[in-house]
Amino acid sequence: MLDNLTQRLARVMKTLKGEARLTESNIADALREVRMALLEADVALPVVKDFISAVKEKAVGEEVIGSLSPGQALVGVVHRELARLMGEAHEGISFATQPPAIVLMAGLQGAGKTTTVGKLGKFLKETQKKKVLVVSCDVYRPAAIEQLKSVAGQAGIDFFPSSAGEKPEAIALAAADWARRHYHDVLLVDTAGRLAIDEEMMAEIKRLHAALNPIETLFVVDAMLGQDAVNTARAFNEALPLTGVVLTKLDGDARGGAALSVRHVTGKPIKFAGVGEKLSGLEAFHPERMASRILGMGDVLSLIEEAKKGLDEEKAVAFAKKLKSGKGFDLNDFKDQIGQMRKMGGMTALLDKMPAQVAQMAGQLPVGAENKMVGRVEGIINSMTPAERAKPEIIKASRKRRIAAGAGVQVQDVNRLLNQFEQSQKMMKQLTKGGIGKLMRGMKGMLPGMGR
Amino acid sequence: MFSFFKKTGQEPQPPESAPASAPSWRERLFQGLAKTRAQWGGKLKTIFSRGKVDDELLEELESMLLTSDVGIEATQFLLDDLKGRAKRDKLDTPEAIQQALAGAFVDLVGPLEKPLDIENHRPFVIMIAGVNGAGKTTSIGKLAKYFQDQGKSVLLAAGDTFRAAAREQLQAWGERNNVTVISQESGDPAAVIFDAIAAAKARGIDVVLADTAGRLPTQLHLMEEIAKVRRVIQKVDPTGPHETLLVLDANIGQNALQQVKAFDKAVQVTGLVVTKLDGTAKGGVVAAIARQCPKPIRFIGVGEGIDDLRPFSAKDFVDALFE
Ligand SMILES: Nc1nc2c(ncn2[C@@H]2O[C@H](COP(=O)(O)OP(=O)(O)OP(=O)(O)O)[C@@H](O)[C@H]2O)c(=O)[nH]1
Ligand SMILES: Nc1nc2c(ncn2[C@@H]2O[C@H](COP(=O)(O)OP(=O)(O)O)[C@@H](O)[C@H]2O)c(=O)[nH]1
Ligand SMILES: [Mg+2]
Ligand SMILES: [Mg+2]
Repeated sequence: MLDNLTQRLARVMKTLKGEARLTESNIADALREVRMALLEADVALPVVKDFISAVKEKAVGEEVIGSLSPGQALVGVVHRELARLMGEAHEGISFATQPPAIVLMAGLQGAGKTTTVGKLGKFLKETQKKKVLVVSCDVYRPAAIEQLKSVAGQAGIDFFPSSAGEKPEAIALAAADWARRHYHDVLLVDTAGRLAIDEEMMAEIKRLHAALNPIETLFVVDAMLGQDAVNTARAFNEALPLTGVVLTKLDGDARGGAALSVRHVTGKPIKFAGVGEKLSGLEAFHPERMASRILGMGDVLSLIEEAKKGLDEEKAVAFAKKLKSGKGFDLNDFKDQIGQMRKMGGMTALLDKMPAQVAQMAGQLPVGAENKMVGRVEGIINSMTPAERAKPEIIKASRKRRIAAGAGVQVQDVNRLLNQFEQSQKMMKQLTKGGIGKLMRGMKGMLPGMGR
Repeated sequence: MFSFFKKTGQEPQPPESAPASAPSWRERLFQGLAKTRAQWGGKLKTIFSRGKVDDELLEELESMLLTSDVGIEATQFLLDDLKGRAKRDKLDTPEAIQQALAGAFVDLVGPLEKPLDIENHRPFVIMIAGVNGAGKTTSIGKLAKYFQDQGKSVLLAAGDTFRAAAREQLQAWGERNNVTVISQESGDPAAVIFDAIAAAKARGIDVVLADTAGRLPTQLHLMEEIAKVRRVIQKVDPTGPHETLLVLDANIGQNALQQVKAFDKAVQVTGLVVTKLDGTAKGGVVAAIARQCPKPIRFIGVGEGIDDLRPFSAKDFVDALFE
């Protein structure tokens, strides 16, 4: 179902192989695969169309770099272009104004505005020593003000009380006045969620903006949004002079194509990413990671990137092929894979290149554990005969004893390795069938000391 | 305006439960879609006016379906179905083509139209699940009204013990509905819901609506937590929960499929509620759900108010999607 772009391209790569350049004619099929991958990731269709024509222009005539096949070169072009469109790396909150710097939040219902106010307040207080005040202008959703009050308490920032009987504009102005008189550096203004087609509510937030004249107006958007993200983003961008975007719920397994749609339509920088419900779950936005995530290929792409730096090309191609089929992945490959990981600086470095949620999981590993494990695994496989590596089923008790003795380990270490290999094989199959979420679950079983 | 899929017969009846003063959900839905409808109607008109099922038409229909979140696989399925119908029935007029596509769509999502029957258990325990911000708590508020309008007694369980002021939010919906909300200081959702069901039994209540905290399927410990809630419900009532509703936000794209699959695995989803259909998002992902992991759609949400809940009707849904 959701196979990643590299696998998709592997299917059309044959036609590209051996040709030194990408041309109009040989990339048409490949671009169709790119289009499908983007649509599956929820990038809005008009945005996909624009993107494809931009990539086509860039890719045609591109020389095939060194050891790579044209298919991989195209993946490179797609990825680079996507990362470029995602914008520059982290741009924080602007304070270029007479204090307090006012930040107005806007977005759909349930996007994560209130939570983001808490996260941002905590972030500015802790990392930039700012004196932060927050206020809620959400007089509609039951207990919305109560929610912000509680969140502010958790964040250790000041809360300006309001009540459902008041007018949002009046609340905001009173809070701004209070912030000024009490020397707050920042005032974060939470608002009610609203639909872009709700004219009354859109007029309300326009009035709020006019009254407050905020230095930042942040559009808070759920990373899981579908095709309509493009309409919503356009409407908010037309109603308000947005200064940035916060992308929430990136701790989920959505591919997050909405990020590209919103970027494309608003042209505004994505300033922060929400990666958890807790108030510590706010990160700088990484355009590169987001590009990989949308393409569903953080992992394999890293391998390709590394291939450029001199890894064995044949092996990378064979690996991609085996990934694609999910079959014939034997202990030789397992060893190669581990060897390649080693060349790349170990698991940790590799995981750095994977989408955020995988990297997050890897964070639970004890430092250095994986490299030690890798060394032992290599030793064990080295003690096997070629036949054993190709057909691990034949490794019964006496063979296990021999291998263990050869590698200087216990028989149960050999057993563990064979188990891990089996898991790894399953993981390869899952990788072929399902997205990164499944891969993660697979990885849990593959590495010792990780989870259940 | 050129009106596709216009009914040849009478207008659909508003659901019986809807108060006479409230607009029918079709109206609400259409109000919401008014903006895009103009643009779409025009687009569809040009598509259909060619009157022939050729590649160009199929490509434009493909775009239309994809931009409604129908997804690649279900879009392909619907187009193949349309091609089959076109060939079989020799379709050559715009009207015939519209009807064929609408027909294909209704055939696909029609089986999901299965109203919720709460008569066979008392208390009928409904557990609500979903990702963060989907509309769970609000839907509970609306459902409480819906069941009370049918003469049922209702009790709410504040099972979201995590999010700030989640309890207060449900409490507010309890007050609006004038029904009891069982909540605890404790942080254990299973314990709260256990208590609520016991209380409902003691008081002879008809329906228990159990709120839970929003969670993403990647948070494995939270998926395990909600699975435990379900097991604990079975301890008080071995036949329960009698319905496990997954709340889906219509704005969400293809990830909705992952949500259905993951929650189904954890808590055995028996029905869906699709919320926020009053916006411009069309919720076409239900077509993909119908293909890949079909679950009955019990209700849809068409606003933030207490009356903005309607039983799902496949025909009306498809009409609103294409009108
Ligand atoms: N327009 C519209 N808004 C809705 C609908 N249903 C819910 N909402 C709004 O969506 C937001 C989130 O709703 P909640 O009911 O709090 O969602 P939840 O799933 O309980 O959220 P968490 O408990 O925080 O995970 C609120 O602002 C609701 O008013 C709907 O059908 N239409
Ligand atoms: N997992 C996760 N949940 C989030 C994130 N941001 C917000 N939430 C949750 O999403 C739901 C809606 O958030 P809220 O701040 O109330 O949204 P608002 O309606 O826009 O104010 C709540 O349950 C939050 O806990 C995030 O980055 N990750
Ligand atoms: Mg809020
Ligand atoms: Mg809730």
